[in-house]
Amino acid sequence: MRSDRGQKAGWPLTLAAAGGIAFLHLPILLIFVYAFTTEEKSFQWPPPGFTTQWFAVAWNRPDVWDALILSLKVASIATAIALVLGTLAAAAVARTQFFGREAISLLVILPIALPGIVTGIALRSAFSLAEIPYSMWTIILGHGTFCVVVVYNNAVARFRRTSSSLIEASMDLGANGFQTFRYVILPNIATALLAGGMLAFALSFDEVIVTTFTGGQQSTLPIWMLQELIRPRQRPVTNVVAVVVVLATFLPILAAYYLTRDTESVAGSGK
Amino acid sequence: MARRRLRGERMKVLAMTSAVSFSKVSRHFGAVRAVDAVDLVIEPGEFFAMLGPSGSGKTTCLRLIAGFEQPTSGHIEIFGETAEGVPPYRRNVNTVFQDYALFPHMNILDNVAYGLMVKGVSKAERHRLADEALALVKLPGYGARKPGQLSGGQRQRVALARSLVNKPKVLLLDEPLGALDLKLREQMQEELKSLQRKLGITFIFVTHDQGEALSMADRVAVFSEGRIVQAGSPQEIYNRPRTRFVADFVGSSNVITPDAMAKLGGERKWASLRPEAIALAGEGVEARVKATSFLGSATRVSVQAGETALSVMVPAGHPVPEADAMVRLSWKPSDVHYMEGEA
Repeated sequence: MRSDRGQKAGWPLTLAAAGGIAFLHLPILLIFVYAFTTEEKSFQWPPPGFTTQWFAVAWNRPDVWDALILSLKVASIATAIALVLGTLAAAAVARTQFFGREAISLLVILPIALPGIVTGIALRSAFSLAEIPYSMWTIILGHGTFCVVVVYNNAVARFRRTSSSLIEASMDLGANGFQTFRYVILPNIATALLAGGMLAFALSFDEVIVTTFTGGQQSTLPIWMLQELIRPRQRPVTNVVAVVVVLATFLPILAAYYLTRDTESVAGSGK
Repeated sequence: MARRRLRGERMKVLAMTSAVSFSKVSRHFGAVRAVDAVDLVIEPGEFFAMLGPSGSGKTTCLRLIAGFEQPTSGHIEIFGETAEGVPPYRRNVNTVFQDYALFPHMNILDNVAYGLMVKGVSKAERHRLADEALALVKLPGYGARKPGQLSGGQRQRVALARSLVNKPKVLLLDEPLGALDLKLREQMQEELKSLQRKLGITFIFVTHDQGEALSMADRVAVFSEGRIVQAGSPQEIYNRPRTRFVADFVGSSNVITPDAMAKLGGERKWASLRPEAIALAGEGVEARVKATSFLGSATRVSVQAGETALSVMVPAGHPVPEADAMVRLSWKPSDVHYMEGEA
């Protein structure tokens, strides 16, 4: 209905838009370029030459592998915990009426609104008060606080869109609680859980602040990268790892977007 | 002789087992008495309507039978078995939901076969039975489609097939025709009625549409504020409403106040007088014609007799008075139906 539909934008607007996009994405492109540079001590522009040797170097460094494996473990376990707890919390808030429901809803969402540093400090002092030694599990607990939120948010939205009579219909047709969950609830919320889970995984995978406070001696991948930047040796290895991290977090998010994009009508057609 | 007596005894036992019976059943939500001490007996094979305005407790009664609600007090029996504490999935009762509640992620065949699937019927067998059920509701060959691809009327038929495939003893229908357009609604009324006769299953349906209740049901219970005000055949409900509420809600009947009735020559009681029972005749109560509306087979004439507004149905072929004309109204005293309630 817009009157200027189909017309071309003026050149100042085009330029401003292009500038904005460039400002957002050129630095990321630089990370990719520096992964191939031959200069290892400083990031020199333009790169004096290009090489793929840093990929081999990175592959052979055990500290890279340790950090990567720890990150994958932490992200997987935190996501798994978040999927269970987030779904249960969402089911309770969206499906039932109880005293303090709104308060519970707010408390579940709060960790993602809190600055990571507050969460981190709070958890660190709680851990030391309770004399819990820092380990992979303390990192997982820290990540769990915000992973639960993203799963919860996705699941609660889907639960609210799913007609409650579907569950009643299933029970009415002879399905017990488990069968109803397996055949009706789970298929209806599956894509929402997948999207929430992938988002939770990606958030956990590149988390720095909470990890700094809740981790012990071991480093997750982002922490390792931060430490690497201070050392003026084999710098492009950091960039190689950065490329891997970008791909590892970008692909699941893209997949989550495509998986949930077409489900609106499906979820609503039971209404 | 002995055999005959035995048979007689058996008949008596069978006759005693009602499909659904409520004794003093209440369901309160906090301070709200959604269902308030309802007594109700529905016989096997009956087409029973629960009629009432929204919030009158009819849907809660249906949910009590289905098992989605538990009574606060009182006792419910379904075919002689106590229903309290029995979850919906262990009741031989199925529901057609108002929004149909078809599973959006399954195709039509799997939707219809769902009840059989959770009971462990083999795939081939349940698909065969589901196909049969789809044929019964006149949707053969729709099995591969998804619910989103069907029209409202078709979805309702699928919901019906999904319930009937389980061979329930009682089928509950929650506002079954509410979401359909007029023509489809009339067609489905006929079909539901003939389906019920064919299968012999007890149908209980909830509606706020009095026309639907009167035309489809063998027996109607009129609900108001959590109670059954009157239960009886459609003729009884229509011709002999027990209270003003029933007369108001069920029909286009003239409801006359006690004072007005006394002035019109009757008893000082609330009364109902059907428009078609009033004749425009040479003698009787004088009235002024306010308006007329042509309905095809008859003309509705609104008249004012003193302080009382009445509606008179003049059959086609009889002279219709002009607006503002003075007419005289007469009726047989036996057509006046007096109702309960304070004068």
